[in-house]
Amino acid sequence: MDIKEFLDQDQKKDLLRLLTAGSVDDGKSTLIGRLLFDSKKLYEDQLDALKRDSKREGHAGGDIDYALLLDGLKAEREQGITIDVAYRYFSTSKRKFIIADTPGHEQYTRNMITGGSTANLAILLADARKGVITQTKRHTFLASLLGIKHVVLAVNKMDLVDFKQEVYDQICEDYRNFTTQLNIPDITFIPVSALKGDNVVDVSDKMPWYHGKSLLEFLETVHVSSDRNFDDLRIPVQYVIRPTLDYRGFAGKVASGVIRVGDEVMALPSQKKSKVTSIITSEGEVEYAFPPQSASFTLEDEIDISRGEMVVHENSRPHIERHFEAMLVWMDEKPMDQYTQFYIKHNTHATKARIDQIKYRVDVNTLEQSEIDHFELNEIGRVVMTTTKPLLFDPYKKNRQTGSFILIDPITHNTVAVGMILDKLSSKNLISRITDKERQHIVKSGSLISRKQREKRYDQKAQTIWITGLHGSGKNELGYSLEKELFDMGKTVVVLDGKSVRSGLSRELDYSTADRAEHLRRVAHICKLLNDQGIICVCSFISPKESIRQQVKEIIGEDRFKLVYMKANLDYCRTNDHYGLYQLADEGKLSHLAGVDETYDIPEDAIAIDVKDKEKGVELIIKEVKL
Amino acid sequence: MNQYNLNNLRELEAESIHIIREVAAEFENPVMLYSIGKDSSVMVRLAEKAFAPGKVPFPLMHIDSKWKFKEMVEFRDKYAEEKNWDLIVHYNKKGFEEGVGPFSHGSKVHTDIMKTQALLAGLDKYKFDAAFGGARRDEEKSRAKERIYSFRDKYHQWDPKNQRPELWDIYNAKVHKGESIRVFPISNWTELDIWQYIRLENIPIVPLYYAKKRPIVEMDGALVLVDDDRMPKELRDKAEMRMVRFRTLGCYPLTGAIESEADTIEKIVEEMMTITLSERSTRVIDFDQEASMEQKKREGYF
Repeated sequence: MDIKEFLDQDQKKDLLRLLTAGSVDDGKSTLIGRLLFDSKKLYEDQLDALKRDSKREGHAGGDIDYALLLDGLKAEREQGITIDVAYRYFSTSKRKFIIADTPGHEQYTRNMITGGSTANLAILLADARKGVITQTKRHTFLASLLGIKHVVLAVNKMDLVDFKQEVYDQICEDYRNFTTQLNIPDITFIPVSALKGDNVVDVSDKMPWYHGKSLLEFLETVHVSSDRNFDDLRIPVQYVIRPTLDYRGFAGKVASGVIRVGDEVMALPSQKKSKVTSIITSEGEVEYAFPPQSASFTLEDEIDISRGEMVVHENSRPHIERHFEAMLVWMDEKPMDQYTQFYIKHNTHATKARIDQIKYRVDVNTLEQSEIDHFELNEIGRVVMTTTKPLLFDPYKKNRQTGSFILIDPITHNTVAVGMILDKLSSKNLISRITDKERQHIVKSGSLISRKQREKRYDQKAQTIWITGLHGSGKNELGYSLEKELFDMGKTVVVLDGKSVRSGLSRELDYSTADRAEHLRRVAHICKLLNDQGIICVCSFISPKESIRQQVKEIIGEDRFKLVYMKANLDYCRTNDHYGLYQLADEGKLSHLAGVDETYDIPEDAIAIDVKDKEKGVELIIKEVKL
Repeated sequence: MNQYNLNNLRELEAESIHIIREVAAEFENPVMLYSIGKDSSVMVRLAEKAFAPGKVPFPLMHIDSKWKFKEMVEFRDKYAEEKNWDLIVHYNKKGFEEGVGPFSHGSKVHTDIMKTQALLAGLDKYKFDAAFGGARRDEEKSRAKERIYSFRDKYHQWDPKNQRPELWDIYNAKVHKGESIRVFPISNWTELDIWQYIRLENIPIVPLYYAKKRPIVEMDGALVLVDDDRMPKELRDKAEMRMVRFRTLGCYPLTGAIESEADTIEKIVEEMMTITLSERSTRVIDFDQEASMEQKKREGYF
């Protein structure tokens, strides 16, 4: 083979990105050192034919400390440099490799998450003498969290257990048992001795019972290209190229799927459609482009698509939501502050986001879940989030590209957390939390008139009577009758209902779960303000979720909150629907309507008024509440 | 296996183009630092591809120490004109007028004044908020952990303890006024990848990379080219013609040549694959070099 042939062949190789995790004690550095060093040697041997007058000196003798080939982590640690991940490059005649090498000691979560985010494959090390230990489990969990599809468990130091098959088999079984609860499609076991070189580059004759490949052979042949998603077209538009007035090239990386000249594509969120007229990649004009190519394309029609928008095929669209669940990893030294509105960067799109709720934290060592109210560095948990503008996403499990995001602190601009969007429950089934609790440090100025004095003047107990019930159940009629009755009794009273609040104060909010939570938060705070002024509030809102009603109660204060349930069956409500909302919902023009596509939680602890007795409703309420 | 396989070079290329476009889209005033070397030449080609058929939407900037090889400057001016690059050439005027140079002031002072200070002044002068550099992670150890977006404070300093996490291909471009990001779009390329790409794409490089008979003086074991008569006469007089080439390019008195017969890319690769591999593996830990690179980076040099 001459050098030209060699270069031509070299150029055709594909690239495998892999992650190694573990500590020096596992022999990780020795293993990587050996992979790097021995593969180079192989590479050179392959070139031997070329070396007419090679000046190559002999490699250092038999006893090389392979670990020394890697940079001295210790030296760097002494210099105070955080090495969260170091990248190494090596190549064999079949493939090129990029190793993201992450030290296993401190900050392991942050390190491994950083290094693993771009990896197709993870090599985890187990010490044959120790078997599957906490660290092995921790690394495996993180690999599965990152969606790494191929995991190799290298059972190292086999020489120290006399290359015994029983030891190896037991470790494999333990590991298999552990990984059944995780989602890793491809797990491979290889018994090795990194120090002695058994099964690292060449298959060892010391373990005749092992019939698999050596580690390097496996890495050279493992099939990873099919891990990519070629079905669902997603091109997050990155940049618009406009060299002349009549040329508009939409540039972006093909995140998944394949785009072809002639395809009808749709821009999201605008839903405008057009036909692809040309595609350019680094290789010039092409007929199609696929992941992970960076492409740019032109369209037949002059439609406006800007950065942050996405181009897809109409029959396979991503979710478009402002409200979703994700696994979040906290990466910042500074603990999470629940009142912060973060910047969120997702594909090429940036907007703001808040964390509504932490459902639980996962202990990376035991996989146990626990409740927490904020994250500290290296903590992982499941969260519910809301963004200011909708994200165009797929669950991370299905699409790594469109399911990942980072959170940026608005003040320090640090990347404080990273997230992987979960298989979405429809957002309407997500619990929403009214997040913006009153800040502790806001000191209320002291009015010289107390609520008690006001209540005495008005001769009433200030409180909020909150009527819940399906749309059309007659809540509003009840509310206004109650207001009239109270007014006639000489009380000072205000009615709040959906129309009055949504027409002004909540004008920009829609009917998504997240926005409805925000809407009711505002209402609850108005009620609280008015109650503090001694005034009675009568509220009429569908408020279908028990959790939200509970949160409203918390804001207003338990002793001033009276819940009334307007009880009516759906048939009645439909006939009593003056706005035709049920019909719109049936036709699919309206979503999130309680009783149709959203459940209504019947309150247990409320003054229930049956719609059949609605005339007696006012009387009943007045009897029940202390005025 | 299927028609949707991308070879390693094309995959690296796609990644680099993604990074370059991302910077162009998110920063107000980016610049590409152009050193005339082979890595820079690859980076510029990638930028041209990223915005084809349009023009690269940011300028290139060359920090001229005024001690570059003549052939480098000729090459730079030729291609800037031919390719219609928007090229800024910046140098430390004061240092130049005071005659700062490696022969008179020593390499440390020269590098600091004519390279580091000149770079920082150039960045400040045009208020660039992002600067592309052609550094690669496999070049030397302190770069192995370098980010693709490397954050610099308003004094252009790099704080190795305080690097932003960088995941997937989502880059954090948020900076306050005065702060900036150094961007390394070819971080994941190896030296062999660079040569392969130059070969594949037919990218012109400075002829100094190819072996040729050149007037050479041996200084402290380094083979230095007699490039002009600013080299003291007593040194110049010792020059002899030797068949050499350069593996890296910089200021001519500070850049040593190697003896070589490699006058084509193929031969260069062949030479690199055989000699340098063993060179490196016999000289694996070079703490001095590592520490000084670290130091330079903290001070704002790449």
